[in-house]
Amino acid sequence: MKISVASGKGGTGKSLVAANLAWSLSGSEQVTLVDCDVEEPNLHLFFPEDQPSVSTVTMQVPGVDQDRCTLCGECAGFCAFGALVVAKDQVLFFPEHCHSCGGCAIACPAGAITELPRPIGTITGRMISPSLHLVTGTLNEGEVLAVKVIRAAKETAGTGGWVIFDASPGTSCPVVETLQGSDFCILVTESTPFGLHDLALAYDVTSQMGIPSGVIINRSDGKDEAAHRFCDEKGIPVLAVIPFDRKIAEIQGSGDLISRRDPSWKERFCAIGRACRSLVEGA
Amino acid sequence: MIRLAVVSGKGGTGKTVVTGAIARICTRPRVMVDCDVDAANLELLLKPRILERKDFYGMEAACIDPARCTACGICGDACRFDAIRMNGGTYTVETGRCEGCRVCRLVCPAEAVSMQPRVCGEIFYSETPYGNLVHARLAPGAANSGLLVMEIKKLALSRNGDCDLMLIDGPPGIGCPLISTITGTDHVLVVAEPSVSGLHDLGRVVQVSRSLRTQVSVVINKYDLNLRMSGVIREYCREQDLVYRGEIPYDEAVMEAVRMARPVTDYDVPASEAITTIWDDISHELW
Repeated sequence: MKISVASGKGGTGKSLVAANLAWSLSGSEQVTLVDCDVEEPNLHLFFPEDQPSVSTVTMQVPGVDQDRCTLCGECAGFCAFGALVVAKDQVLFFPEHCHSCGGCAIACPAGAITELPRPIGTITGRMISPSLHLVTGTLNEGEVLAVKVIRAAKETAGTGGWVIFDASPGTSCPVVETLQGSDFCILVTESTPFGLHDLALAYDVTSQMGIPSGVIINRSDGKDEAAHRFCDEKGIPVLAVIPFDRKIAEIQGSGDLISRRDPSWKERFCAIGRACRSLVEGA
Repeated sequence: MIRLAVVSGKGGTGKTVVTGAIARICTRPRVMVDCDVDAANLELLLKPRILERKDFYGMEAACIDPARCTACGICGDACRFDAIRMNGGTYTVETGRCEGCRVCRLVCPAEAVSMQPRVCGEIFYSETPYGNLVHARLAPGAANSGLLVMEIKKLALSRNGDCDLMLIDGPPGIGCPLISTITGTDHVLVVAEPSVSGLHDLGRVVQVSRSLRTQVSVVINKYDLNLRMSGVIREYCREQDLVYRGEIPYDEAVMEAVRMARPVTDYDVPASEAITTIWDDISHELW
C-alpha cells in the first residue's frame, strides 16, 4: 500500500500526519516512511537514531577534455539550459544550470566530453524499529535537482508493506515525482482561505494523475464549512479533523509525536490508515 | 530600488501574512511580487484588480510525429527523464516529464521529433490599494517554476523600476524557485517557526541565502507556541551572527484577518503591533 501525503500549502501538517501515521501503523504492520521533501526534510527530527546509513546521490555532468576540445561550440549551442559557454581558450561549465541530459557529450564531434558524477544530495536510511524504516532524501544546499533526489529516495524505499511518502509543499515537479505510483494521496489542509485555495490546486494534481485522495483538516478552529463543502463537491472523503490545540503544537514542535504520547491518537491514525486501504480496495 | 524577499525554508510559517502586513504599512512606493508560483496566496490578502494577463511559456517540449516515427526506440533509451513511452506501437512524449533538453531530437535518425512551445502557466499584472502586484499561476504539476519566478521579477522591475521597494513573497524550500527568488535581492527576511523543524529549515535557508550574498535577518512567528524553541532559535541567530528582528505572538486575529481577506495590519491587534515594530526597524535600516 503506497500512500503519499501532500498539501499544496506549506506548514499544514504533512509531516505530522506522515510521521504519526507511520508510527501508529508500525505497531502491527511493516512500514517504510519516505521523506520526499528533500529541500527541507524533517521527519528524522521525530525519530532520533544513532547509526543511520548514508549514501550519496549524484548527477552526471560533463567533463571537458581541453586537449581534445576544438572550441567548435556545438556543446554550448546544444545545451538548452545555458550550462556551457565557449570562452576564448576553453569551455566553461556552470553546474547549477545543468539538468544532466547528456546531450553535450552526444553533440561533441571531437569526443572531448565525458560525463562525471557530481554529488547533489544524500539518502539516509534509519531503522527506527524492526517494523519501521525511515528513508530521508536530502538535497545539498545550493542544488536545484530535487526531483533526482526524490527518485533515489523512492528507489531505496522499495515497495514492500506500507510505504508512506511525505511530499514537499507546492504543486510542481517535486510533488508530481513524489505522487507518481501512489495508490492513494492524503491531502492535508487547514481551515483558512490559504489552506483551501492550495488544497484545490493540490487536488487538481492528484486528479490529473488519476490518484484517489482524501482530506485531513488540521489545526481546525471549527470553522471548516468551506473545506467540507469543497470535499462534498469533489466527492472526496474527509478522513479526519484535527483540532488546533496548543498542546499538540508543543509536542510536535519539540520533536515528539502525539501518537507516541497518547494511545488514543495512535488508534485514530491506525483508523485513518485502514480507511485509506478500504478506499483503495473498494475503488 | 531595494529588493526584499520574505522566505522561510519550512512552509506555512507565515510568510504571506508578514508580506501582506508590510505591503499595507510601508509608506514608500512599492511593488509586490508573489514568487510562490505554485501556491500563490498573496492575492487573497491584497485584493488585486487584474490589469493584464499573459501566458507563461516554459521550456519547449518534445513532440514525436507518428507518421515519421519508425519505433526504433533510440529516443527512449537516450531520454534521462523517462519522458518517452511506448504507446500502441509508436513512441509518445509524456509532456509533464519532458525537460526540454532536445536530446531525443538530436538522436532520432528519422527526424520525427520537433520541439513545441508549451504553456506552463499564467502571469498577472495587477493593481492593489498598496501598489502594483505581479503574480502568477503555474499549471498544476508543471515544471519551470524557477523560470516563472525570474519572469515575474523581471516584469516587476521593468514596470515598476522607479519604486523604492520590491517586496517579494517567497516560496518554501531551498530549491529551484527559492534560488531564483533570492538571486539579486538585497535583503532576505526569514520567518521562522518555533519548532525543531522550524530551526532545522531555518539553518538550510540561511546557508543558501548567504551563499547568494544577500543580507539575512530573522523573525519568529507565533513565538509563544513554544517558548523553549524560540529561545533556541534566538541563540542560533546570535551564534550565526544573524540580525534578529523580533517576534510575533500567536494571535487568533491573524486567522480572522485572512478570512476577511485583509492584511492583519488593518487591525489594532498584538500581531499587527509586533509586525509594525519589526518593519519600522527594517525600514529605518534600509533607508
